[in-house]
Amino acid sequence: MESAILKAENFNAFFGKSHILKNINFEVEKNTVWAIMGPSGCGKTTFIRCVNRMHELTPGATVEGSLKLNGEEIYEMNPVMLRRKVGMVFQRPNPFPTMSIYDNVIAGFILNGIKLSKNEKDEIVENSLKQAALWMEVRSTLHKKGTFLSGGQQQRLCIARALSMNPEILLLDEATSALDPISTAKIEELIHELKSEYTILMVTHNMQQAARVSDKTAFFYLGELVESGNTKMIFTNPKHERTQDYITGHFG
Amino acid sequence: MALFNWKQKLTPLDNELQQLKSELIKMWEMVLFQLEKTAQALANMDKDLAREVVLTEKRVNAYELKIDSDCEDIIALFAPVAINLRFLLAVLKINMNLERTGDIAEGIAKFVVNIPEDFDAELLKITRVTEMFKQGNEMVAQVMNAFEKEDTVLARKVFKKDDLLDEINRNAASTVIKYIQNNPGKIESALYILSSIRKLERVGDQAKNMAEEIIFYSEAKVLKHKPKNKKDNKENEG
Repeated sequence: MESAILKAENFNAFFGKSHILKNINFEVEKNTVWAIMGPSGCGKTTFIRCVNRMHELTPGATVEGSLKLNGEEIYEMNPVMLRRKVGMVFQRPNPFPTMSIYDNVIAGFILNGIKLSKNEKDEIVENSLKQAALWMEVRSTLHKKGTFLSGGQQQRLCIARALSMNPEILLLDEATSALDPISTAKIEELIHELKSEYTILMVTHNMQQAARVSDKTAFFYLGELVESGNTKMIFTNPKHERTQDYITGHFG
Repeated sequence: MALFNWKQKLTPLDNELQQLKSELIKMWEMVLFQLEKTAQALANMDKDLAREVVLTEKRVNAYELKIDSDCEDIIALFAPVAINLRFLLAVLKINMNLERTGDIAEGIAKFVVNIPEDFDAELLKITRVTEMFKQGNEMVAQVMNAFEKEDTVLARKVFKKDDLLDEINRNAASTVIKYIQNNPGKIESALYILSSIRKLERVGDQAKNMAEEIIFYSEAKVLKHKPKNKKDNKENEG
């Protein structure tokens, strides 16, 4: 299918001998927001870490099967090039502590050794911060350290940093779980806006957040993809009993 | 799918839903009792019993308010999803249907209070209103059992039972007209009985609506506004 930006076929991931992801078949259409749910240890983070090949940074980690980005096998691509196309934001805001807000946003370019003129840099910083809904709050303090910002602002700075490389997919690994409800709401609003330009995969433990924000939901359990489909369907009439048990709080 | 899986540990939400369920069953029993008392009052022209029904209606209304506010609290505090959400939505609607059924009992009880003293018991027989009352009450009771046991097969059986009510309701007007032609002095009584029949027809509709809600929450299927033959057959629904 042409519209699938990410496609997993019989995809497996291992840490040493332990089989973490089992035969995942999964398609992500362009410009959709996917919520990935499941109990701890079900493989959801491993799955999104495979998408930008952070999984293989762990010694002994291997994969089998096919995982394609725009029809191109992810595990045959240059990881550095891949990570430019697949941005990631983590649970805890992690701006580079020694860099200013400005430098944080263009860190991807600095660290990749890409030379930009002053104007180009200014433009990228402004656009990325605007997209991350942070520009109005930081435009007069761009040269202060990123760590001076509040937690929610730092997280949006991290999103701006991920967006500055103009990725195709944005991975959010519980990006709002360390934030207060107001910052969470801002980031959720942001996800809605970013959807028109990016494809977003978010791991979340907050069921209501998955329901509010995503178009599609995937439910992982013990390394298997149990059920995936329209979020509305999953939350009103899930097909699998295990999905129902999980979302109604009956697990274990 | 069943609302409660007894093999699993119940969550606080489960406990709330269980309590809500037993509350609704209590209301259901009360409404059923109201209907039965009204049927008895009508059959025996027992005006005291009818007055009792009118007074008890306030308690049915109080139940309705309590269940409404409990549903609101549960939705606000627990953000239920899937079958839990469907159950709550069904309870809200059944609550409304039951309250209306209670109103119908009250309405007929008021007729009994107002019916002239020279009431002709023959009217009950020829219009088949007593038979209709019995069937209507049975339907409400059957849906209550289906709700209690989460038995959608039993709930589906109610749809067919409504045919008798429809038939009696259809023939009522001509029977009453004939009666009035023969007994011009008893127009008032005859009209009260005709109005009661019209109201009882609604009891059947309320029972069907409640049965549809039970099927909605346990099977996630919407049967509303579907032709009858499709409602009866489990396989035909899409």
